[in-house]
Amino acid sequence: MLPFSFEWVWDTVHLVFHGGLWYALSILGMGMTYCIIKAAVDTYQGKGGHH
Amino acid sequence: MDSALIPKGVKRCPLPQFGVALMIVGAVLLWGVFALLLVWFKGLNQTNMNNAYGFALWIWADLGVIALGGGAFFTGFLKYIVGKDELKNIINFAVLIGFICYSSALLILAIDVGQPLRSWFIFWHANVHSMLTEVAFCLSCYFGVLTIEYIPLILENRQVDKVPFFHNLSHNMHEVMAIFAATGAFLSFFHQGSLGGVAGVMFGRPFGFREHILIWPYSFFLFTWSAAACGPCFTIFVTKLTEKIAGKKLVKDNVIELLAKISGWMLFTYIIAKSIDTIYWANVTVPSMGHTLMDFYSNNPGSVYGIWMLIAEIGVCGLLPAIILITEKGRKTPALLWTAVILASIGVLLNRWVMVLQVMAVPVLPFETWNRYFPSWQEIATTILPVAYGVILLMISYRYLPIFPQEAELNPIEEPDPTPALEAEGDAEAVELAQDAELAPAKG
Repeated sequence: MLPFSFEWVWDTVHLVFHGGLWYALSILGMGMTYCIIKAAVDTYQGKGGHH
Repeated sequence: MDSALIPKGVKRCPLPQFGVALMIVGAVLLWGVFALLLVWFKGLNQTNMNNAYGFALWIWADLGVIALGGGAFFTGFLKYIVGKDELKNIINFAVLIGFICYSSALLILAIDVGQPLRSWFIFWHANVHSMLTEVAFCLSCYFGVLTIEYIPLILENRQVDKVPFFHNLSHNMHEVMAIFAATGAFLSFFHQGSLGGVAGVMFGRPFGFREHILIWPYSFFLFTWSAAACGPCFTIFVTKLTEKIAGKKLVKDNVIELLAKISGWMLFTYIIAKSIDTIYWANVTVPSMGHTLMDFYSNNPGSVYGIWMLIAEIGVCGLLPAIILITEKGRKTPALLWTAVILASIGVLLNRWVMVLQVMAVPVLPFETWNRYFPSWQEIATTILPVAYGVILLMISYRYLPIFPQEAELNPIEEPDPTPALEAEGDAEAVELAQDAELAPAKG
């Protein structure tokens, strides 16, 4: 799963399979991190507190 | 009692009535949980799987719910990537159905692996030559996408939305949803396809084997195609069923008709591709492996797997609903629309049954006979379990979350100002509700 795992081999299939997995996880992780940080900043600036 | 949680401008049944319905479905859920615990504690000996049926009812259910949940990725693709903005009025419900289907698929897999504590092995000790590894990767990631798409709905609950951080988070997630939806469409394309590819690469089983384009058998493309065609049909079916049970219209006709039309064309083109694939397989692939088409459709116990399976899958549950959905009159006639979406949903389930269970039933060696299998009650109960779970999540989501944006407009409630009368009665909860209604601004 990760290059420092003892089963890891630097070949095409490992790069494609695991590269695809980490690519997708990175998009989801970065997207959510952006949303959470921006929500915290917005809240700090007093946005969304209309209720 | 729970009226403060119900979305503004809509009406729901009384809480006791809701509670009774929840308890009835909950009893079915508990039956499934009991069977699940039996399987987890006693092992796979609780099933009727055997050496011939390593894949059985659970894997069919798995493939079935994944195909039916395809409405989420395809509707998301149409709305966020293609730009069919009308579909914003049904995308929430499609996401909810997708979330239920994919969480059900993961639950079934957690039962099927027999040793769920080692589920992480498929990620850490991945077999990079297996299509099922790719399915596991994409399935898990896509479930993450569906969860991310479902979270804003929860955050839009009337009370949760009052918390500024949650309000902002929901707003921000909506803003970048196109990125998540595109990722979801990418992941879905591959895992839906790889599920079909599993049967297509088995050259030792001529019934499932298909010719290839590079490393991908034709069944890879057909599975993705059929999920994109039939998933939205299932979304329409559940929407119509919810409308029937709720006794009111929840989505405007133009939205349903647009989705039905696109599904119809997807289904029509899929059936053409499927027919070409079947004709080529029957006339070229199968004879090259020493068989005839009828070897797979005759001489089996009780003639369960007769040629009728092929006719039912391609004709009755494929071509017929496709023709209904691509014709304007068919889409606009309620009875025909119901028939088409039900048949299309059955059709994709039948296809998955054929590609999982009939593949296992067909003898592969000259001295073998057809393999028999009937699921144990534990297998049946654990297959019904996700259905009960899905119904419960649908009920709770429909009651407390703004799933249908057009519901309030389609079902206006004439509410007189309740404040003075309620204050007189001392109904503090209702007073608070009325004050909420006055203070809350219109949502942008």
